[in-house]
Amino acid sequence: MGQTLAEKLWESHVVRSAPGEPDLLYIDMHLVHEVTSPQAFDGLRLAGRPVHRPDLTLATEDHNVPTQNIFAPIADPVSRTQVETLRRNCEEFGVRLYPMGDAEQGIVHVIGPQLGITQPGMTIVCGDSHTSTHGAFGALAFGIGTSQVEHVLATQTLPMDRPKTMAVTVTGELPVGVTPKDVILAVIAKTGTGGGQGYMVEYRGDTFERMSMEGRMTVCNMSIEWGARAGMIAPDQETFDYLRGRDHAPKGAEWDAAVEYWTSLRTDDDAEFDAEVTLDATTLTPFVTWGTNPGQGAPLGSSVPYPEDFEDTDRVAAEKALTYMGLQAGMPLREITVDTVFVGSCTNGRIEDLRAAAEVIRGRQVADGVRMLVVPGSMRVRKQAEQEGLDAIFTAAGAEWRQAGCSMCLGMNPDQLAPGERSASTSNRNFEGRQGKGGRTHLVSPLVAAATAVTGHLAGPADL
Amino acid sequence: MEKFNVHAGTAVALRRSNVDTDQIIPAVYLKRVTRTGFEDGLFSAWRANEPDFVLNQPRFAGATILVAGPDFGTGSSREHAVWALLDYGFKVVISPRFGDIFRGNSLKAGLLTVELGEKIVQRMWDDIEDDPALEVTVDLVERQVRWSGEIHDFELDDYSRWRLLEGLDDIGLTLRHTDDIAEFERGRSSWLPTVAAPSAS
Ligand code: SF4
Repeated sequence: MGQTLAEKLWESHVVRSAPGEPDLLYIDMHLVHEVTSPQAFDGLRLAGRPVHRPDLTLATEDHNVPTQNIFAPIADPVSRTQVETLRRNCEEFGVRLYPMGDAEQGIVHVIGPQLGITQPGMTIVCGDSHTSTHGAFGALAFGIGTSQVEHVLATQTLPMDRPKTMAVTVTGELPVGVTPKDVILAVIAKTGTGGGQGYMVEYRGDTFERMSMEGRMTVCNMSIEWGARAGMIAPDQETFDYLRGRDHAPKGAEWDAAVEYWTSLRTDDDAEFDAEVTLDATTLTPFVTWGTNPGQGAPLGSSVPYPEDFEDTDRVAAEKALTYMGLQAGMPLREITVDTVFVGSCTNGRIEDLRAAAEVIRGRQVADGVRMLVVPGSMRVRKQAEQEGLDAIFTAAGAEWRQAGCSMCLGMNPDQLAPGERSASTSNRNFEGRQGKGGRTHLVSPLVAAATAVTGHLAGPADL
Repeated sequence: MEKFNVHAGTAVALRRSNVDTDQIIPAVYLKRVTRTGFEDGLFSAWRANEPDFVLNQPRFAGATILVAGPDFGTGSSREHAVWALLDYGFKVVISPRFGDIFRGNSLKAGLLTVELGEKIVQRMWDDIEDDPALEVTVDLVERQVRWSGEIHDFELDDYSRWRLLEGLDDIGLTLRHTDDIAEFERGRSSWLPTVAAPSAS
């Protein structure tokens, strides 16, 4: 029987396997940021262990970064300590770091791909659950905990049990105005937030084949939001075109050898998955969330659901969510007004996302009483956007143009919602308090975010 | 990680059940950036607000064995809970039942968690409170807990026991296979990306 892509990636990285023990997996690249690494480095220090492969380790500052004044010291003492600790650790252990303000600094899942460090066939880990983003290149990428971070630093390996495999097959062309974000939100709404638990998921079908690398990253990014251990898409010409010429991409004869190998990274025709999900892309519409987990989403054209229409625990969850969100069942989603619009994060903070949002907002104005934050995922994305004049489009419309970081994706830096404030956000989590204590989050695509900024209520470009 | 063989020490009776990891160490301590020094966070709410709390009683000072009620260490997966107990000086926690993740974390970090029946734990509580100087022996070799005439076997899987006896944490275990790792590294494709060291830029 043939093998799935995930199985091929797994097997090609097994250093050692023994009956009754987890496989020891080699890690090709370890990405590090300031939040989940301090204790790991401290653990190394306590045991007198070095970083085994500093050359396969790359650090950046992202979660705590203030995006307004990136060159000033961080005001919040906890944030400042985390960032300063990372700097000290990187220096002591010889790890390359892109600090705040550096031309290469940015969200960890944005900088790996843009540097060409994320390549097909690799294993990539990071102490961050959205590491699945890198799977868009046909890599096996997953988030790990702090003691695993220490393990990888010390050994460049991880003992792991192999998860099961699942195929998510989506076919057909996406209707106009429907984006990769809508596809993944629809998948999560269909399967529930636990639907992917214990699986390495491969997204397959012509819908994904037609997607840009940015779009594929958006999809793989949110794999964790339905519980999947990893998400991946087989590499193809689109992947190779994106990688060619990037700083760390192979060059010359090595490029040819790499492409030949990468081309073999596909699920064999006779391979079997442990589970399968299918979806028809042609039926999709823009999707937004109404609740407090990413699975509580619905088409933009529909209404806030009635909790009675759900069963058991889902009903209780829906009731709780509506109370927290301050919403009435039956209310059309388009009538929900927002205070803040956030375009950014490792889900939708790449150049293509900014272009899409700029296209909608060009020549229009952000509605009165609405603030719109546009936060590039990396300093490089920021620079490119400025070269393309996107910053001018956003600022002319009345939006704020920020420096690179996680920003309002999570309440760990100054960009936060006030209690009761409501946002349309291109990020990936709408948990209670995620964007700031008491904040209310609606997850949306960049297109919906921009249209919402203009109208002041949840809207798509077609509503303008 | 220190090897664990046979431990003899005094014990403290924590007469509470469902002690979750947030009670073992509250979330504010998670903001720290160090791996040691979490002893001040251990049960900090109880120690601060309850003058009679067992750990505030001088007669139990220096105890190395914590004897708790059922469902100790449930809730959030924070590894800090184990660190706080170890940093405070505990080598063993005894309870009729542990939270799964906590138990996994503790055995990996070198804190021996021992499950004994509820009746036995209650007798142990009484004996400890009658005589705080009572010596309790936790014998990992024989998988036994003993004190003043009482002898009780406990269960622990062979693999966890072996790791504790050898003092091997996950990293220590993996480092026994450095040859395999080096061998694998020799076979990696030459085009795979590397990051230049900070000084080399
Ligand atoms: S942008 Fe959000 S999800 Fe992504 S790494 Fe930062 S905090 Fe995590």
